[in-house]
Amino acid sequence: MSATAAVSATTPLASRLLAELTAIVGAGNVLHQRDELLVYECDGYVVNKKVPDVVVFPTCTEHVVELVKLCNRHDVPYVPRGAGTSLSGGTLAVGGGVMICLTRMKRILEINTRDRYAIVEPGVVNVWLTRALAGTGFHYAPDPSSQTACTIGGNTATNSGGPHTLKYGVTVNHVKGVELVLPDASVVTIGGITDDPPGYDLTGLVVGSEGTFGVVTKVIVDLTRDPEAGRTLLAVFDTVEAATETVSGIIAAGIVPAALEMLDNLMIQAVEQAFGFGFPTAAGAILIIEVDGIDAGLDREAQLISEIVQSRGGRVQKSITWRTRKEPEYVAIWKSRKSAFGAVGRLSPTFCTQDGVVPRTLLPHIMRFIEGVARRYDIRIANVFHAGDGNIHPILLFDERDGEQVQRVLHASREILEECIRVGGSVTGEHGIGVEKMALMPRLFAPEDLAAMIAIRNALNPEGRCSPSKLLPSGGHCIERKSPGRRASA
Amino acid sequence: MVTATAMDGQQVQDAGIDLDWLTRKIEYRNFQECIHCGLCTASCPTYVETGNENDSPRGRIYLMRAVTDGRLGMGPHVRRHLELCLDCRACESACPSGVRYGTLIEPFKIALQKDAPAGAKASLLQRMILHHLFPYAGRVKTALAPARLFQKLGLLDLAEKSGMTRLLPPTLRRMMAMLPRLSGARPRLPEVLPPIGPKRARVALFLGCVADAMYPETNAATARVLQQNGCEVMVPRSQVCCGAIHYHSGVEQPAIALARRNMTAFDPDRLDAIIVNAAGCGAMLKEYPHMLPAAEHDQAARFVAKVKDISEFLVALGPVAPEHPVPLKVAYHDACHLCHAQQIRSQPRQLLAMIPGLELVPLEESELCCGAAGTYNLTQPEMSERLGRRKMDHIEATGASVVAAGNVGCILQIARKIKERRSTIEVVHPVDLLDRAYQGKQA
Repeated sequence: MSATAAVSATTPLASRLLAELTAIVGAGNVLHQRDELLVYECDGYVVNKKVPDVVVFPTCTEHVVELVKLCNRHDVPYVPRGAGTSLSGGTLAVGGGVMICLTRMKRILEINTRDRYAIVEPGVVNVWLTRALAGTGFHYAPDPSSQTACTIGGNTATNSGGPHTLKYGVTVNHVKGVELVLPDASVVTIGGITDDPPGYDLTGLVVGSEGTFGVVTKVIVDLTRDPEAGRTLLAVFDTVEAATETVSGIIAAGIVPAALEMLDNLMIQAVEQAFGFGFPTAAGAILIIEVDGIDAGLDREAQLISEIVQSRGGRVQKSITWRTRKEPEYVAIWKSRKSAFGAVGRLSPTFCTQDGVVPRTLLPHIMRFIEGVARRYDIRIANVFHAGDGNIHPILLFDERDGEQVQRVLHASREILEECIRVGGSVTGEHGIGVEKMALMPRLFAPEDLAAMIAIRNALNPEGRCSPSKLLPSGGHCIERKSPGRRASA
Repeated sequence: MVTATAMDGQQVQDAGIDLDWLTRKIEYRNFQECIHCGLCTASCPTYVETGNENDSPRGRIYLMRAVTDGRLGMGPHVRRHLELCLDCRACESACPSGVRYGTLIEPFKIALQKDAPAGAKASLLQRMILHHLFPYAGRVKTALAPARLFQKLGLLDLAEKSGMTRLLPPTLRRMMAMLPRLSGARPRLPEVLPPIGPKRARVALFLGCVADAMYPETNAATARVLQQNGCEVMVPRSQVCCGAIHYHSGVEQPAIALARRNMTAFDPDRLDAIIVNAAGCGAMLKEYPHMLPAAEHDQAARFVAKVKDISEFLVALGPVAPEHPVPLKVAYHDACHLCHAQQIRSQPRQLLAMIPGLELVPLEESELCCGAAGTYNLTQPEMSERLGRRKMDHIEATGASVVAAGNVGCILQIARKIKERRSTIEVVHPVDLLDRAYQGKQA
């Protein structure tokens, strides 16, 4: 990779580059002063930091094209950024260079409920689209916990999930096409407003590519019909084991819940302290189980779930019957869940969130394993996760001032993720690889697999100027982690 | 003089701000509570407008911490991004980690004002208005007397149309543009008003300074509504401005002096509640313990325990159902200092929903600041204008004939937009509508 020509503020190259950038987007859309660049040195992942040399705010595809051409001409790396809520350093300006901030490309260009699609610019915040759809009977299904802040461009780059992806699928299942500015500055439209175009599924390739194939400038998304009604149950258990066994029991019974979330005791305490929803703070674990669809069948499904819960020694403490997802109690329970990571700040000033995946039936196993790790390393670990997907989020609490404890947290994290790999899972369910987990890629994939991925990346991004040192390890570019991060959201 | 390591290894020679004072005022832990998740960003009106991380709560916390850590000096850019903050607290509602953003930005705003370079300091006119006019409802009324007369004679409209107002200093011009249609001077409320029906509570009414001068009718309506609900209403003569206008524009001492006078004017031990109908004042009164020295915290806490927004109080008391229909389509705008600073959202809506014939329609982005934000519309006119336009677009889209807001600042701002657009929409306080429903009078 040649993407190392960092721009220092004083070189002639820098001043020429700055002048040309300004000519493209206008002075009001460029930040280049030290004190305005600092806030762009990290995103939701704060372990590694790098201040970009310049931040630009394009307002249209043509701007992005010209910016990419310019970076190519000057051999300067560039990285796209949305809201900067990435939990794995996906928007870190690793080699310095130009940060292309897409927050001013924030128009919803078209909503078509008859053909069930919307076309949005990448800077549109996830929840804005759902808000714009209010009253139409449709919504945009992927709902990452950070949906009130994160952008659809960023969701596309990381193939974001969320609580409701168990039934509705993740971002890739809802992106029908994209407009992409390739690293050679050409503009391509992949996919479209109709389903399943012939040929390679290039849309599927771009979604989740973490910015390594170019800069997405438009996203065509699928709209999902609102369910007629739903039931959201709060089930309470004495132990995490009983809760995780219930998860498998529900799926085995042929029920596909819209969401199935677990919080353990530490997490319940944090969330209750933050939001006071009325969660039982003495419980070993709770499950939030949601079913939706045609109203007529829901009570029976809820009854069935309740029986499964009871057969595992739990009880349903609350059942919310809703017609729309705006009802206050519904909003309150999901606000508590979706803000759970942030609420951990109330338990411990520093914490590190992991994002692993195991086959769903092995949830009881991995939870026992995590409990063992917590004991062996003498660390408090809180758990909140998308149980239905087998996507775990152990949160390791620690004091960053205690160097020895920090080391224990690093070892404990590694052990948990390695166990995920060992049992056939993965090291990220939804946060992406970014810079954080690059070093784990060789453990997850054989050299041949990685070589195949690198070959694809090199075909589209041969100079590696676009989002350098992300997603795929490549000689000498791995960033070694020295301390665990403190992260929120998921 | 503070010396520290700058971000690129250079020394920050001059912090550009009184760091000693700031470190005494701000507990460093408050910075650490921010875990940098970014969930606050899209709740912030200025970030939503500019898309610049520097104009987001997370970004501003990062900037303030960098200045505190000596990584950055307080230069013109950092100053501009901090001054652009509306202090609307929407970020506190959004923050899962419980960051008390106000405890960070407010000391910084005070320090910024103290150390402002000549050009950035409040103008003499602004200071005059701030220190010598606003705190005194009587003076505001007197100052408005000529405006009232001119309005009556149609001279003000003439002056605006002919462009004569352009001769005024910008601050005054913007204030002129905000003037509501002033009603005739009305006699001040008596010191004691009896309850109607059996007495249920003994309350005192906080009048406010700007509110009382601009919209005295709303204070009168509040008193009547309280009487209707069986309250004996005291109106202490010695009450003064809450101090919010000073405090939020970075002038601490006068705010503290006003707080002490109010704590003397209202005796919490002899009252069931101290009723406020302006969200900005209510939020300020509730923050007295935070503002005052530790020795006065107990006294302030006793006072604050009784401070209630009118909607908060009525809903808790159990409001008497109004009889007369008010057949209007109404949109409700959440004043920042009600919904974010006081977490009061459902109560005003509950009161409006009680009114027979009234249809409450949802307002898009109802919790996003309208751009009034105390004196913000005078100090940051451009952003204030952008947010005002955004708010008005949403209001017009509802098709409502009336928009209700529980804060005088919002009402003034929205009224100005209505006037500019020659819209027929009416902006009122929810209490005004409730009063109509009790009295059976149309506006």
